[in-house]
Amino acid sequence: MIEIKNLCKTFRTADGEVEALKNVSLSIPDGDVFGIIGMSGAGKSTLVRCINMLERPTSGTVVIDGVDMGALSERELRAKRREITMIFQGFNLLMQKTCLDNVCFPLKLSGLAGEKAWRKKRALELLEVVGLADKANAYPAQLSGGQQQRVAIARALATDPKVLLCDEATSALDPTTTASILELIRSINEKTGITVIIITHQMSVVESACRHVAILDGGVIVETGEVSEIFSNPASAAAKRLVYPEGDAAAASAVPGERMIRVVFNGSEATSTPLIAHMAVEKGIEANIAYASTRTIEGREYGSMLLGIREGGNAVEEAVAYLNAAAGVLAGEVQDGRAPSPEKEALTDA
Amino acid sequence: MLDKLFAPEVLAEAGEIIRSQFPLAIWETVYVTVLSTAFAIVLGLPLGVLLVVGEKDGVRPLPAWLMRTLNVVINLLRSVPFLILMVLVFPLTRLIVGTVVGTVASIVPLVIAAFPFIARLAEGSLREVNPNTIEMAQSLGASPMQIVTQVMLPESVPSLISNATIAITTILGYSAMSGIIGGGGLGKIAMNYGYYRYKYLIMVAAVILLIVLVQAFQSIGTRLAVKSDKRLKNKG
Repeated sequence: MIEIKNLCKTFRTADGEVEALKNVSLSIPDGDVFGIIGMSGAGKSTLVRCINMLERPTSGTVVIDGVDMGALSERELRAKRREITMIFQGFNLLMQKTCLDNVCFPLKLSGLAGEKAWRKKRALELLEVVGLADKANAYPAQLSGGQQQRVAIARALATDPKVLLCDEATSALDPTTTASILELIRSINEKTGITVIIITHQMSVVESACRHVAILDGGVIVETGEVSEIFSNPASAAAKRLVYPEGDAAAASAVPGERMIRVVFNGSEATSTPLIAHMAVEKGIEANIAYASTRTIEGREYGSMLLGIREGGNAVEEAVAYLNAAAGVLAGEVQDGRAPSPEKEALTDA
Repeated sequence: MLDKLFAPEVLAEAGEIIRSQFPLAIWETVYVTVLSTAFAIVLGLPLGVLLVVGEKDGVRPLPAWLMRTLNVVINLLRSVPFLILMVLVFPLTRLIVGTVVGTVASIVPLVIAAFPFIARLAEGSLREVNPNTIEMAQSLGASPMQIVTQVMLPESVPSLISNATIAITTILGYSAMSGIIGGGGLGKIAMNYGYYRYKYLIMVAAVILLIVLVQAFQSIGTRLAVKSDKRLKNKG
């Protein structure tokens, strides 16, 4: 359990003080995959660095499994950090060391890991987990970005941590590689029960990997909850900006007498168009596609869609149920699709 | 003029001097250079590390007054011309070696002149290490000492070798200069024969040998630096 309470971080710069985080409180349960999403400059990276105290908060506390991180001595903190490891946007591998030595690195640091042969064996097992056992003796420069991130993941897992922090870990990767890295992170979460915190500016990353999400805007948590919840009903302006990257299409394209459903494809095997067509054939529900941005990666569908469904009977509820029944598809009614909310104006101003 | 310079008896005499004096002179130059560089690295490298880790945002910040003092001392030592430095450190040389004349005695001023230079070069190399890599090590619980020994130094090995090569060739030049005040080696021969006795051939031969030595150190250094760098793709 990670409990962040009233966290504030102020940076002093030449131009005065910058408040990167304002009174942030979050509670992240064990074993969760928790997304923290926000635009550049929202304070995501500062927040994640406050969790392992790479940045000291100006005020507020971070308590992990009952341990107040801010109260630890330097030595205790270093030991604690072995339980809260991190992967980065730039992978940050040791470029002069082989992949194997990179994975051995945290074990060597800890000093408890004992013998070299043991370290090597453990590192090889981890490279096996990330699918790169054959690259053990290669140098990072010889690997692709996705492979380098896999080595970084193996390294982060070496000390058997309880928490994995991912700081924009897929932002430097192409969509296909991103999908496979997120898949790996998810499967590790499922197998080991490790708590994963994913920092990102891409909604698609949260959609396909996270269970819960917090939206950070201007150093403030503006919304937090289950991913499916926030996707169908983003309440804050920041959430809407992220959920509807092309503007508030739901509101813009709403036809009188129609209700909007947002459909998210998280690597579903069904392709979007036949799914909508099947719904029309099987359920007799006709959907008006108001907005669609989907793409197929390795035969799986990713992206989102807005459907307008004519009111009457249980058509909307039936459609939501039908779409949710398909594997890898998440659907929900957009509550305020029609009426422009006060935040809508804030959105257009921004 | 030319026929005088290359007269048979001049050539014969030059050949004789080169045969009798040059082997020892080359040896003296090489060992003074290598030894001075080695001592200067022993002093300069830790100082360079300190300059990087001790600054305000470094991995182990040191008091600001200490950092300022270090910087001032290094700059002071680097701004004294080598010829004058050699004379200035006579008392220290006498204390350590017992004399101020000779090949071994010239090592003292060479080290004093070279270690601040090497500290600055090492500082430059260590600053090239990606700060994100250092942050990664911190996130995995590395102590400042571990960051220095297991991240900063190993990651900057190619750059450190390149800079050590620059240092050794510069020190080679200084060691030749020390011939003026009694240091041994090729510099002394060039001065004694070329400057004091107008035996230009000897001087030219000594200079050519110095050039060859610089070239040799430089190519070995470059090759080692490239070979050690694992960032270059498509290498074994």
